[in-house]
Amino acid sequence: MYTQFKILLIICFLQLIPVSHTLYFHISETERKCFIEEMPDDTLVIGKYKVELFDEKTNGYLPSTPGIGMHVEVKDPDDKIVLSKLYTNEGRFTFTSHTPGEHVICLYSNSTAWFGGQKLRVHLDIDIGEHAIDYERVGAQEKLTELQLRVRQLLDQVEQITKEQNYQRYREERFRATSESTNSRVLWWSLAQLIVLVIAGFWQMRHLKGFFEAKKLV
Amino acid sequence: MLGLSLPTFLISIIFLLKQIGASELTFELPDNAKECFHEKLKVGSKFTLEYQVVTGGNYDVDLELKSPSEKILYKETKKQYDQIEKTVEEDGVYVFCFSNEFSTITHKVIYIDWKVDGDPEHEISGPGPKVAAGALTMIESNVARIHENLEQAIDYQTHHRLREATGRARAEDLRERVQIWSLGQFILIIIVAIGTVLLLRSFFTDRRTGSSMAWNR
Repeated sequence: MYTQFKILLIICFLQLIPVSHTLYFHISETERKCFIEEMPDDTLVIGKYKVELFDEKTNGYLPSTPGIGMHVEVKDPDDKIVLSKLYTNEGRFTFTSHTPGEHVICLYSNSTAWFGGQKLRVHLDIDIGEHAIDYERVGAQEKLTELQLRVRQLLDQVEQITKEQNYQRYREERFRATSESTNSRVLWWSLAQLIVLVIAGFWQMRHLKGFFEAKKLV
Repeated sequence: MLGLSLPTFLISIIFLLKQIGASELTFELPDNAKECFHEKLKVGSKFTLEYQVVTGGNYDVDLELKSPSEKILYKETKKQYDQIEKTVEEDGVYVFCFSNEFSTITHKVIYIDWKVDGDPEHEISGPGPKVAAGALTMIESNVARIHENLEQAIDYQTHHRLREATGRARAEDLRERVQIWSLGQFILIIIVAIGTVLLLRSFFTDRRTGSSMAWNR
C-alpha cells in the first residue's frame, strides 16, 4: 500500500515537471502573442507554458532564466478581462468560461524594453474542455478500474459534444440575427436614399425656378 | 512491484514510456507575416497536422513543413484546409511555418490541430500491450470503438464550428459595410444636391466685372 502511494507520488511529481516536448515558437521580448479560443460556456481551460531566453554565448536557449516573467491575459467575448496574472518563466493557468464565444489568451513578457529586445522561446500547451481532464489523476483519486476510467472518459466526451451542439444553436441564432439586421438595414437605407433623392430633385427644381424668375431670365 | 495494483502499474508504465502531446491553437496571422512552430520529435512517432483558415481575405495561407535536416516534407501555397499525417524518420526539431506574405492588406485567423501519437493525459492506456493475458473483452473493445467515434465526432464538430465562424464573420462584416456605405451615400446625395444648385447659381450671379455681359453676348 505504501509503495503504491510512493509510486503515485512519484508519478504526480513527474507530472509537475513540464513536458519538454511541446510545441514552441519564438517571440521577441516586447511582442504580444495572442491565441483565440472559441468555446461554449462552462468549459475548463488549462494552459501550460515555459519560457526560455536566447543566449548569444551558447547560441541556444537557456532552460530556465530567473527574472523573465510572462503576463497571461485572458479576455472573454465581451472584452472583459477574465484572468490577468504575472507568472514566472514556467507557469500553469486555469480558467472556466462563463460566456460562450471567442476568448482571447494573450501572452507577453514583463520586459521593460520599449521595442525589439531579445528573442524568447515559448513552449505552450492549451487544453480545452475534455482535453483538460487528467484521467490518470482522476483514476488514482477515485480508484477506478481501467474500464471505469474509460467509461468516465466517454461520459465526458459526450458531455462536451452536447455543450458544443448547444453552443452551435446559440451561434446560428446570432448569425440569423445578423443576417436579418443586414436585411432590414438595406431596406431602410434604400428607402431613405430614394426619398432623399426625390426631395432633393423637387427642392432643386423649385429653388432654381425661383432663382431664375428672380433674375428675370425665365 | 508486487504490492502494486494493476491500474497503477499500467499507468506508470504508460506514462514513463510515451512522450506525446497534442495542441489545438487558433491565432491571427498579420499581413505580410510568417509564423513558425517547432517541436522536437523522436524517430518512430507519428504526427498529424490539421489546419484551416477561419477568416481573412480569400481564406488561403501558405504552409511549409521542414524536417530537422532542412528537407521540405510539405509545401503548399494558398490552401484553405488540409490534413498532413507523417511518420517521423529523423530525430530532431521539426518546424512548420504559415506564411501570409502574399497578402498586403488582409490578416488571417488560422486554426491548427497538432497531434503527436495521441495525448498521455487524455488517452488512458492506448491499444498497447496489456499486462493481463488474453484478448480484450467485448466491453473493452466496444468502449474503445465508441471512444474513437466520439473523437471523430468532436473533430467534425470543430470543423463545422470553424466553417460557421467563417460565414458569421463575413455576415457581420457585410452588415457593418452596408451601414457605413449607405450612410456615406446618403450624405453624398445631400451634398451633391446642394452643391449643384450653388454651382448653377454661381454661373448666373452678377460679378463686378463684365462677366454677365460676356454671357449676354
